[in-house]
Amino acid sequence: MTIDITRFHQTFFDESFEGLDAMEAALLRLSPDTADAETINVIFRAAHSIKGGSATFGFMAVAEFTHLLETLLDQMRSGQRVTGPVEIDVLLRSVDILRGLLNAARDATDVDTQAVADLSAELQRVLIGPVDGATAENAAAAEPNPEQKTRGWRIRFAPYSGLFASGNDPLRILAELSRLGEMTVQCNAEQLPDLPEANPECSYLSWTIELLGQDISQGDIAEVFAWVEDECDLQVEALVSDAAAAVTESAVPAAIKVEPASRPELQLIEGGRPSEVTPTARPPQPAAGAEIKAAPVRAEGGSIRVATEKIDGLINLVGELVITQAMLQQLAASLDPVQNEKLLNGLALLDRNTRSLQEAVMSTRMLPVDFVFSRFPRVVRDLAGKLGKQARLLMSGEHTELDKSVIERIADPLTHLVRNSLDHGIEPSDQRVAAGKDAVGTIRLSASHQGGNIVIEVADDGRGLDRMRIMAKARERGLSISDTASDDEVWRLIFAPGFSTAEAVTDVSGRGVGMDVVKKNIEALSGSVDITSETGRGSRITIRLPLTLAILDGMSVRVGTEIFIVPLNAVVESLQPQRDQVRTVAHQGQVVRVRSEYVPLVALGELFGIRAAVTEPEKGILVLLEADGRKIAVLVDELVGQQQVVIKSIEANYRRVSGVSGATILGDGRVALIVDIGDVIRRCSMAVAA
Amino acid sequence: MNRILAVDDSTSMRQMVAFTLKSAGFDVAEAEDGVAALELAKKERFKLVLCDVNMPNMDGITLVKQLRQLPDYKFTPLLMLTTESGPEKKQEGKQAGATGWLVKPFNPEQLIATINKVIG
Amino acid sequence: MNPQNQTASETKAGAPPPEGIASEYLTFTLGSEEYGVDILKVQEIRGYDTVTRIPGAPDFIKGVINLRGTIVPVVDLRLKFQLADVAYNEFTVMIVLNVLDRVVGIVVDGVSDVIQLAAEQIRPAPEFGSTVNAHHIIGLGTIDERMLILLDIEKLVSDRDLQLFEVH
Repeated sequence: MTIDITRFHQTFFDESFEGLDAMEAALLRLSPDTADAETINVIFRAAHSIKGGSATFGFMAVAEFTHLLETLLDQMRSGQRVTGPVEIDVLLRSVDILRGLLNAARDATDVDTQAVADLSAELQRVLIGPVDGATAENAAAAEPNPEQKTRGWRIRFAPYSGLFASGNDPLRILAELSRLGEMTVQCNAEQLPDLPEANPECSYLSWTIELLGQDISQGDIAEVFAWVEDECDLQVEALVSDAAAAVTESAVPAAIKVEPASRPELQLIEGGRPSEVTPTARPPQPAAGAEIKAAPVRAEGGSIRVATEKIDGLINLVGELVITQAMLQQLAASLDPVQNEKLLNGLALLDRNTRSLQEAVMSTRMLPVDFVFSRFPRVVRDLAGKLGKQARLLMSGEHTELDKSVIERIADPLTHLVRNSLDHGIEPSDQRVAAGKDAVGTIRLSASHQGGNIVIEVADDGRGLDRMRIMAKARERGLSISDTASDDEVWRLIFAPGFSTAEAVTDVSGRGVGMDVVKKNIEALSGSVDITSETGRGSRITIRLPLTLAILDGMSVRVGTEIFIVPLNAVVESLQPQRDQVRTVAHQGQVVRVRSEYVPLVALGELFGIRAAVTEPEKGILVLLEADGRKIAVLVDELVGQQQVVIKSIEANYRRVSGVSGATILGDGRVALIVDIGDVIRRCSMAVAA
Repeated sequence: MNRILAVDDSTSMRQMVAFTLKSAGFDVAEAEDGVAALELAKKERFKLVLCDVNMPNMDGITLVKQLRQLPDYKFTPLLMLTTESGPEKKQEGKQAGATGWLVKPFNPEQLIATINKVIG
Repeated sequence: MNPQNQTASETKAGAPPPEGIASEYLTFTLGSEEYGVDILKVQEIRGYDTVTRIPGAPDFIKGVINLRGTIVPVVDLRLKFQLADVAYNEFTVMIVLNVLDRVVGIVVDGVSDVIQLAAEQIRPAPEFGSTVNAHHIIGLGTIDERMLILLDIEKLVSDRDLQLFEVH
């Protein structure tokens, strides 16, 4: 029978990659002072499983490399080797190499053999040390005697009385031996007590076996007895001549000679003592009928894998349902509530159920933010090493969930922020100590829900932003900033395109990606970024993101015949201004005074080139919006209402539209555009600056 | 029915072992660690137990020790699947009460041959 | 995605069929001229609906509509081809096309029928004499006394001037 084991390859790769992730996470937990046994065990087990699997499934490059790794880990596990920074470092790099090897094995692609060889050599070097074990094990027994000319073997096999307790059976061993060649067996029942005294769980018999066959090696015999070598007296001697081979039957009293047979049937007859009870060489068998029906094998976890497209399909359908439901609601609004009470009640119920369904479906796309966070211990560790700084990373709220697509798209901005903190924020240890701080810097990465948003913060206890330097740099770049500008305004400068405060371009942060890109990426997710900083105490960057990109709490406003959706989280207030609140500033358009503040005013109709019913601010409604810490008042004809809308892409079939972040479908089936507040504010401030 | 319990925390190994044994006509139950295996073994008397050595929660050595304490498993063949060809692990396993071992890597044919040897 | 690249790789679809093999075209009118478009690109034909205007779009892009949950842009070919007489009434027809993995609606004066044209019935487009850029034409088809301008719809919708797609 041949069994195709390639069918298990995918499982092997899946679990191996998981194992590597676990290894990496455990290695990062492991610092020389916290090298606890269980963590090392976790690492060892992961390596061990990969080695076993790769060898079994024939991925020899993986197996060979893992073997080195395992050897080192085994020494660490048994306490023969300390878990020092050198070891941890080489192990971490081994994880990377193994990932590469596994990828190559899976995709049948080439491996960076040089890198593998280099690290193997390094592992070897680490391994060459004080440790030396019993490597020359049972060589004597296992090593076949190569050129001994024998015609067979004589074996004395005397199991200890407890042999059965290991689940072994002398009969099995004899049967196995008989497959090697022509066999003659004599059984010695000398030790067998009188039956009443005999303990059926003990083994009393011993055997002398002659095994004839020229090509039987000592190794073959050792293999048969390998499992029981410590549970019996065993003598194996070669039969080199007839004389030496002579077994004196008289020397073994009360023995029975068994003729060689293909399947030797051993029957024990006690020397001259007939007995009705036939002791068996087998251990007592349990009573039949005690079999219990198999318990079901443990169910495979509580989750199933579903293709993202299926989930997205579901979300789209639910979106349609929400729209249809809104349409029904709208139609029903004109019905007589008394006459149609039952219908209206039903619609109200449908409304609730639809929303619950929508929430439930949306939640299937949610993933814990840990999917991104988990990479940072490694990032911080590697980078700190490269920069010669000391830093610890504290993470909290890893289980906070957010939309999968958001998770995928915040990974790069977050990585940049964490790198920035370490590169620019955290000072070298000597400077920290001189400033009276802990020599080890701390970077905190946290995630939490706040209202309908998720808030992710990257905070460090480093030197903080340098007001003077940022302002100098800004002026150098031609950005205008007043000396009396607030700190917040100064900090926001670092989001300006191409701005960087690093004195030298390092290979860490100077990757051509600046804070402006971070900000742009976050804003593309309808999020916002804020900075707070205190000189000498550190900085904190706060990212606010919507929970999902698929639904938006919106305010619908009307301009002329068109309806627009304004994201509710950007709305500060709406007001109907008095004539004297609105001023025209020379060459800069209109502003409106809201309490003590002057806010730029823009007519949405004008901005979008739509004829509005209202052109005078005091006759319409101003919606005060805020994004990026800047405010703007938008003139619309009327507020229509608030509603949750399903966001649809315009770009799927069209191009990106400036000032518009997407579209939605209204209750009557019409399309309404969603206003991109950030973009509108930017365009207005550009207009003002011009 | 010769029902065998296969214990391994590695899903691929466990699947491979189970599939191989099933192909050879054995009935197989699976467990992913010592704790799960012990639970199953208490409910059902397996003809043979094959277990990995390194497993989380309860390793193979402890499992063998625990199984030997159960009256039903006093003489049952308990085989360890081990990558460690060194003597210490085998020794430790034997002292715990293991019947024998099978050294990884093994191919399906070797596995079946060994199983047949023990309970065939 | 870059539609320009796609066009290049899919020019085969727009080329006239090989000798003897007939292709089917949906014919429609724009002013006094009759046009044809590969029937395989046509998703559906529907009446002209209310569109939502898109800020900053050229006038021939009427806006977007909701086509069963998808946002679809609508191009009025009459405006694009600068016809004098453009009216929107209950007879105004929109052809929904599926081109280059995108859905686009085009507004025309009226849809006539579906005809078969063999390769030998198609002549190359002249460089002049039409309101349409010759670059957007597969050729001229003749059937009986009718002359059809066969549009290369992929080239047309991905044209830079139409501003339908992002141009990188």
